[in-house]
Amino acid sequence: MPEIIDDISAEDRKRLELSGIEFDQQKRSGTFVQRDQHIHHSSSKIEGIEMLPLDIAMNKYGWLKDYYWNLVDREKDEYTRFVADREEKEGLRGFVVIARKGSKNIFPLQSCLFMQKAEVQTVHNIIIAEEGAELHLITGCTSSIGREKGTHYGITEIYVGKDALISTTMIHTWGENIDVYPRSAAKVDENGTFLSNYVSLKPVGTVQMYPVADLTGKNSVARFNSVVLAPKGSYLDLGQRALLNGEGSSAELVSRMITSGGTVIARSHIAGISENTKGHIECKGLILEDGIIHSVPEVEGRLKNTELTHEAAVGKIARDEIEYLMARGLDEEEATATIIRGFLDVRIKGLPDSLQKEIDAAIDAAESGF
Amino acid sequence: MLKIEDLHVSVEGKEVLHDINLHIREGETHVLMGPNGSGKTSLLRSVMGFSGYEITSGSIIFKGIDITNLPLYERARYGMGLMFQRPPTISGLKLGKLLMATSGGEIGEIGRSASQMKMADFLDRDVNAGFSGGEIKRSEVLQLLIQQPDFVMLDEPESGVDLENIALIGHSIARLVEKDRHIIDRHKSGLIITHTGYILDYLDADAGHMLCDGEIKCHGNPREILKVIQEKGYQECIRCQK
Repeated sequence: MPEIIDDISAEDRKRLELSGIEFDQQKRSGTFVQRDQHIHHSSSKIEGIEMLPLDIAMNKYGWLKDYYWNLVDREKDEYTRFVADREEKEGLRGFVVIARKGSKNIFPLQSCLFMQKAEVQTVHNIIIAEEGAELHLITGCTSSIGREKGTHYGITEIYVGKDALISTTMIHTWGENIDVYPRSAAKVDENGTFLSNYVSLKPVGTVQMYPVADLTGKNSVARFNSVVLAPKGSYLDLGQRALLNGEGSSAELVSRMITSGGTVIARSHIAGISENTKGHIECKGLILEDGIIHSVPEVEGRLKNTELTHEAAVGKIARDEIEYLMARGLDEEEATATIIRGFLDVRIKGLPDSLQKEIDAAIDAAESGF
Repeated sequence: MLKIEDLHVSVEGKEVLHDINLHIREGETHVLMGPNGSGKTSLLRSVMGFSGYEITSGSIIFKGIDITNLPLYERARYGMGLMFQRPPTISGLKLGKLLMATSGGEIGEIGRSASQMKMADFLDRDVNAGFSGGEIKRSEVLQLLIQQPDFVMLDEPESGVDLENIALIGHSIARLVEKDRHIIDRHKSGLIITHTGYILDYLDADAGHMLCDGEIKCHGNPREILKVIQEKGYQECIRCQK
């Protein structure tokens, strides 16, 4: 089988692997690779699931135009406008995944967004799970090591059909000179489930995003999980929003943040708009070295039958916890690392083992950097 | 095993332990009694080397070495263990992971000891999060079984434990200090804080000490000291000493 991407350094290859990209594709159901603005690879091994470059998909399926710039407004901000302009001038980049009715992938699809030389990378992705489908996707975002300043703009529109499930797991391994502005939105139909996992444990310039899940369907569910580390010089402005529009819909927004000198702003917003809705926000921040963790949890209830809660805690590791482990024979450094590893350990309900392992591996690899 | 000589300890500038002298030989287990706030936990934490307990004079000799200024974790590695009365909850850290970290990865032994302490279902739970009184004690004993210290200090091992669990914990502690072995083969030692003396139903202690107002007021047979306290209260011990 030809390599999914050639002509990259061993170091960059390792960074991609760290972001969850499997080069041999053994445990992947499909692969999309975009290096800078060039699409190298796009395929799916599963019947009923297609993974196509956006331009090919748009030509193939006329109905896709209703899904394109539908959940994300192209006039939303300068970044969306930039992507829209570029699409008009240079053509479409990014991918489309369509999981047909009842289809399912045991191993995730993978999308690899790699910034090697380009100053600006843009992608626009559309992910659709039709009725009863179960779709898992891991996206690894990486820039070439040591490269100069760069910016990544990503538009992602996610459609979870009736009784369907979509999980997206995004692992960022950018560099300290890279600024990242993802713009994502999801719409979840009746009994649908949307899981969004975000991991960023390496230095980055600025990340600014605020994905929104619109839970329009009855009994629909959204769960957001973020595990982030902000080293000195990194500025992470991360939001997550769930609109409980469907009767009985529910959402859980969980963040684990660590600063070792950088800034994390964790914005979370749940709006209880419909009857019998439930939402919970959990933000926990650990300050290892003076930096900023600013948690902004918002719960907005609009009627009696909604139940919204939040808990947030920011601080250092308690001395008695460290000494508890030291009394078992771990030195201070080992005790601290063990506690941090535990702090970041988020078990994600509904996520296949293989994806949980990718998240665990990313955290394990970062452990030495704490 | 442990020799404490003329030990004075201050917490936040205030002396809490005055002129403590205690000698525990290899194979011996002693009990420490005394009213609330008398300094029992402070003594254990000072011996273990926790921060906040400043040794102003005196020395702690462990296995022939002066450990008075040794860091906490080195004392643990050198063979000291402590069963906490109220251990902290560590959010996210699984008990199994903690045991892996302290054992050097002996998975088989962790499984066996966890079953023995009826803690197998707790290995995937956050350390001490939502544990009942008895579960905390079982978790503490499990951690010590993995650590296998030569000298173990137990801070009220029977408090908050129901009748069903007390036997399990009592027998396990007896094994930790090798009370199940013949005296010739017994090399481990212990120091146990107890209010009730229930633990003495499971192991015979070799000596007892009564701590009051930061001073050891009485040394003697543990059951006799306990009997006096039960019948006449702590005041009698203080009066008797005078």
